[in-house]
Amino acid sequence: MRFSGLRVIAEGLTGNRGWPAQWRDAPPKAEYDVVIIGGGGHGLATAHYLAKRHGITNVAVLEKGYLGGGNVGRNTTIVRANYFLPGNSEFYSHSLKLWEGLEADLNYNVMHSQRGQIVLFHSDGQRDAIVRRGNAMINQGDDAELLSVAQLKRLVPYLDYEQARFPIHGGLLQRRAGTARHDAVAWGYARSASARGVDLIQNCAVTGIDIENGQVRGVQTTRGAIRARKVAIVVAGRSSEVAAMAGLRLPIESHVLQAFVTEGLKPVVHHVISFGMGHFYISQSDKGGLVFGGDLDMYASYAARGNLPLVEHVMEAGMTLMPMIGNARVLRSWGGIMDMSPDGSPIIDHSPVEGLYLNCGWCYGGFKAVPGSGDALAHLIATDRPHPAAAGFRLDRFTTGRGLMDEEGTGAQHNLH
Amino acid sequence: MRLDCPICGERDRREFYYQGAALRRPAAEVWGPDWDDYIHNRENPAGVTRDLWQHEQGCGAWLVVTRNTVTHEVLDVTLAAEMGA
Amino acid sequence: MRIEGKGLIDRTRPVSFHFDGHRYQGFQGDTLASALLANGLRMIARSFKYHRPRGVMTDSSAEPNALVTVGRGAAQEPNLRATTIELQEGLWACSQNRWPTLGLDVLAVNDLFARFLGAGFYYKTFMWPRAFWERVYEPLIRRAAGLGALSGASAEDRHERAFAHCDVLVIGGGPAGLMAARAAAEAGADVILAEEDTRLGGRILAECGEIDGLAALQWVEEIAGQLAGMPNVRIMTRTAVTGAYDGGTYGALERMAPDVADRPHAPKGCFWRIVARRAVLASGALERPVAFPDNDRPGVMMAGAVRAYVNRWGVAPGRATVVFGNNDSAHRAVADLQEAGVHVAALVDARSYATCDLDVPFYPGAQVCGTSGRRGLESVALATPRGVERIAADCLAVSGGWNPSVHLACHMGARPVWDPVLQAFLPPEGAVPGLCAAGAAAGRFSTRACLESGLAEGRRAARDLGLSTPDLTVPMAEDHVYDILPLWRVEGRGRAWLDFANDVTVKDVELAARESFRSVEHMKRYTTQGMAPDQGKNSNVGALAVLAETTGQGIAETGTTTFRPPYVPVPIAALGAGGKGKGFAPERLTTSHAESLARGAPMIEAGLWYRPSYFPKTGEHHWRQSCDREVVMVREAVGICDVSTLGKIDLQGPDAARFLDFVYTTRFSTLKVGRVRYGLMLREDGHVMDDGTCARLAEHHYLMTTTTAAAGQVMRHLEFVHQGLRPEWDLRMVSVTEQWAQFAVAGPRSRDLLNGLLEVPIDDAGMPYMGCGAVRLGGVAARLFRISFSGEHAYEIAVPARYGAALFASLVKAAETMGGGPYGMEALNVLRIEKGFITHAEIHGRVTAFDIGMQGMMSTKKDFIGKAAASRPGLLAVDREQLVGLRPVGAIKELLAGAHLFGEDAEAISVNDQGYVTSACYSPTLGHVIGLGFLRRGRARLGEQVRAVDHLRGSETLCEVTEIVQHDREGGRVRG
Repeated sequence: MRFSGLRVIAEGLTGNRGWPAQWRDAPPKAEYDVVIIGGGGHGLATAHYLAKRHGITNVAVLEKGYLGGGNVGRNTTIVRANYFLPGNSEFYSHSLKLWEGLEADLNYNVMHSQRGQIVLFHSDGQRDAIVRRGNAMINQGDDAELLSVAQLKRLVPYLDYEQARFPIHGGLLQRRAGTARHDAVAWGYARSASARGVDLIQNCAVTGIDIENGQVRGVQTTRGAIRARKVAIVVAGRSSEVAAMAGLRLPIESHVLQAFVTEGLKPVVHHVISFGMGHFYISQSDKGGLVFGGDLDMYASYAARGNLPLVEHVMEAGMTLMPMIGNARVLRSWGGIMDMSPDGSPIIDHSPVEGLYLNCGWCYGGFKAVPGSGDALAHLIATDRPHPAAAGFRLDRFTTGRGLMDEEGTGAQHNLH
Repeated sequence: MRLDCPICGERDRREFYYQGAALRRPAAEVWGPDWDDYIHNRENPAGVTRDLWQHEQGCGAWLVVTRNTVTHEVLDVTLAAEMGA
Repeated sequence: MRIEGKGLIDRTRPVSFHFDGHRYQGFQGDTLASALLANGLRMIARSFKYHRPRGVMTDSSAEPNALVTVGRGAAQEPNLRATTIELQEGLWACSQNRWPTLGLDVLAVNDLFARFLGAGFYYKTFMWPRAFWERVYEPLIRRAAGLGALSGASAEDRHERAFAHCDVLVIGGGPAGLMAARAAAEAGADVILAEEDTRLGGRILAECGEIDGLAALQWVEEIAGQLAGMPNVRIMTRTAVTGAYDGGTYGALERMAPDVADRPHAPKGCFWRIVARRAVLASGALERPVAFPDNDRPGVMMAGAVRAYVNRWGVAPGRATVVFGNNDSAHRAVADLQEAGVHVAALVDARSYATCDLDVPFYPGAQVCGTSGRRGLESVALATPRGVERIAADCLAVSGGWNPSVHLACHMGARPVWDPVLQAFLPPEGAVPGLCAAGAAAGRFSTRACLESGLAEGRRAARDLGLSTPDLTVPMAEDHVYDILPLWRVEGRGRAWLDFANDVTVKDVELAARESFRSVEHMKRYTTQGMAPDQGKNSNVGALAVLAETTGQGIAETGTTTFRPPYVPVPIAALGAGGKGKGFAPERLTTSHAESLARGAPMIEAGLWYRPSYFPKTGEHHWRQSCDREVVMVREAVGICDVSTLGKIDLQGPDAARFLDFVYTTRFSTLKVGRVRYGLMLREDGHVMDDGTCARLAEHHYLMTTTTAAAGQVMRHLEFVHQGLRPEWDLRMVSVTEQWAQFAVAGPRSRDLLNGLLEVPIDDAGMPYMGCGAVRLGGVAARLFRISFSGEHAYEIAVPARYGAALFASLVKAAETMGGGPYGMEALNVLRIEKGFITHAEIHGRVTAFDIGMQGMMSTKKDFIGKAAASRPGLLAVDREQLVGLRPVGAIKELLAGAHLFGEDAEAISVNDQGYVTSACYSPTLGHVIGLGFLRRGRARLGEQVRAVDHLRGSETLCEVTEIVQHDREGGRVRG
């Protein structure tokens, strides 16, 4: 069924009884051309692009829990393309372009809202680094504007320009950046992939990866063995565990990242604001909640929950940056498991096992990457060549030292990116 | 989260700095797979792990903490200087 | 309507307040909700999506409907529950999410279109035309959504944060919590008893039973008095425990009583971090509604809340009340209402087997199947075994059973356990280490059972701590058996609400299940059930039960969503207390700070430090004028600059030398005593971590300097290398950054200046370039280093910090007699760019020694940190970006840091990107603009021309690639 305003009205008039399932809950078959481990945003997007761009539909997406239950359903929903290092720059640029056509592509309103993101700077040194970044964005064909304090005061008058510990010297605006409704992205991809013939299999945990003579043969799951010519691991947060089933040790450490939402409020924050000095970023959801987050809790964790020191630090940052939110009340906090890589950038590559592909290491930038990542991994699986926009995401860059993408410049300590 | 510093006693997490997995530094002065494993690759277990922390806001001691990454239970804290990280 | 003679309000103290601009009166002890009900107001709010009229439903912080905005201007607080707002004189409250008024709300039209606005409708529309999303649809949706509004003005930072430690934290001051606290306290444990309400008692405050032959309230008073008298007990009322965290840490939000908060300088509240060795969760239970058609009208309330308004606040929520339930709570509500003289029109009990000995029209086996009344309840329709009956009523008290408040027990990820007998989720055992549940939170619903389990858990906590437990008996109290018939929904015409706060109905859950959203998490996310301010406290169990019915799975199999902190919403101002303005981070001030300010220097942030930007002189109107003058001053006379912010690390011990050999790329063991050497430090991944000088003060004594930015990181790194990698080496190190004030004295007259102050003059032989040693001036022992970050003949002199201010003043005064003076960061930056000295603008974490032309400093004769990783082929590739100097050669003379470098004729797009400018300035020494930058294969391209393009600022400059050092390449000046 095609979604549209007319359909909503027609269904409304007939008691909303005609809405079909948005995807098939498929039982596993014995064999597929491609098995994608992980029914999160990246896995579902991969299935969609495999089917749509490459005509590969004999595909299963295996999900341990429920579709979209990982980080795609647990993030601060920011979509941007403001990376500056080769490798990242072209990838996120490509991903943003896919976002811009996503609703039409999926026939699903993922509420991609290009409301603009403002990254603030607080010193001459930060300005120089941000100018370098902004110029790289423009070099890549994306948009960026440098904002003076006067311009900022017009756009975001509620920031503390007078008393803040780190005075605001200006900002970098990307108008095409913004937010999206995170769950809808997963559902939209699921609906599209399912409609194209992909089997979406929930409550199906992979317990082993079958390898013969260095070639992948399939997977063992809690719902039986499944043969496959190609298998992709797309389980950010749990990448190390699943890769270990294939005898691989990845350059990944899992960390908890917390985020927060307040009670619903009338519109008050109209952009995405990033405050680097405080590791703080905030936007307001269409429903009215302020959605914001900060840095990692900083210790390796699979608990999907964090602790108070980070919570309080994030709130302090909010208070110093925009004290008008002080009377907003935090309704809910949550924690996601982040695949932290040594340079803060992801991996989309062949693994050393023939037919086994890796998509991991998204750190906490995975949400905006969903369309690009799905497209790139589908391309890699279908053609066995890297997608041109993701050719930099090689697994061997760490051991060769070639093409490292350390945007933060903090070095090979997983939690510092 | 609280860690029991062998020198100072039990302290709040905010006094400590976290570095990462506690591994043995390779002896070789040239790059090789052992170095790749030391710097980049991780067991990253969902379960018991050993990692390096520093009581930065306290005595400055580097600690090897045995910890469960799923429950956050702290099983052991030992001075790095006594273990050899 | 007030009921004479009832309630814990103080009728001798009337309190006037405003709601929606009208003045009303209540009494001391009222909440806003009780006072509004007493004044006969039933419609207090509009619902989130359909803007339905809504009234007070509960008596707790879980209230889903009666959300109001309190205060005006910067103090305006949206979304406060009328049920927890303590009435105080002059309280200013307004309804919210309505326009223009509560009574006449334009968006109430949404309710007419509800059939088009079901769960997830927005995912299916608003897609065409594409440009309309940001321009039309989204702004409309955003304006319609949201509840209350922030004022937009800066909120006050009137909260505090504090730590508390105890042996036993008791969460909840009802009968179970009181007994637990008493048992633990009498065993000798340090106890904190945290109660969210303004007073102890819990459900007892809402009821009128007896304990140990006393009126229950009197019993509470007695035990509360006993606890208050014990030195090892701290009673914290108005304190909601909001989260359970690792290591026995609990977050708790304490609100000050209004009269306390209004005192000058008093905090409004405090966010506590309570560290407890054991905890007893005695948080009680919340009554749950039943989803029958039109169950959301003002006047429909929880039966327990109706009892509370009658008993605690002396308010009858209606003139004619129908009571509806599936358990005995409904009967007890009827008894209390009748005892208070409030008319009960009917008791409707879904259990056909139920009996009733009260004098009330009794409908066993019946259900409420509808309500009517536009802005408030007017009548109730009953589906009885005999057919549908309609009863006039303005209040409907509902009890669908009780949900234990298990939240905190589930904050560490465990799910609660379904109990089919109680038809409720119970706290999982042991899911939060050290925490046990007692009383209604553990599914022990009678008063006697609460007392008993509170005592048992209090004892257990004490025993676990090795304390001997006191001999206490369980007080006598009512001990009813909880009997419940599961009833989640009632069929009928019209919508039946599950989540009142987010306007989620039974139909929405059914639609979600039909559309694939059959997992409870999917249902929640698709319908938004449970995401409203009440966090699903009123709706989660009902919604998942309806989902379970729809999908045919059991409730236990369907399971719950994840419980997450906070238990009640916490203001950002409380969690981030003290963070506003300058409070966000410590401020580090140098000893010359006051003098710099006195000289009019604008101060800039350098990490946590403040440093002077420049020292304006009369007649200088632009920073460049001051900066240029200061540069010339240093090059031609002498300048003084406070460099105390650089990290200073003192290393001592027989193995200090070999240690430095290991952490620096070059050798320091060969450094002679009394000499200084420049050193480069790598991270273990082979990239540059930091640079600086290191002086050998004695055979086993070195003093290292780091950059200001990396001081903490380097100290931590050194400690790690020592303790973690080379613990057998005998050395100690300590940061002495704060202990020494250090000043650069730079320029051709620097030695003359110093010799005017030193007790023993120096000369080139005794203090050559890169020499160091002890000196004295003004009777104070000092350290002198002949090092230069300006390329001039220069020194740094260090004194104990307490002499810093005096020394700075003396140095500046002396300099001024020689045509010199102080210089700031701007001039310092120009001086170092002229000389090609790097800062973290260049060593930004992604560069190698090779990139900055210091590959020769990587010793081949010894191991050092980062050596192996730096040997990776990619880190030595010739096509890497290498540090070069830049000089404009075309018509445009501007050079901006952050510009990217391109070939002379190449289009400025990323595939042609050749590098970028890291630092740039006007060089008064050279008379033109200069810069530093990284350029692909840069060292091989000296003399080539490149374009520096800054799209952002519209600047494009043709540059010549030069050597890194652009002034005094031979370095003669530094040797003086």
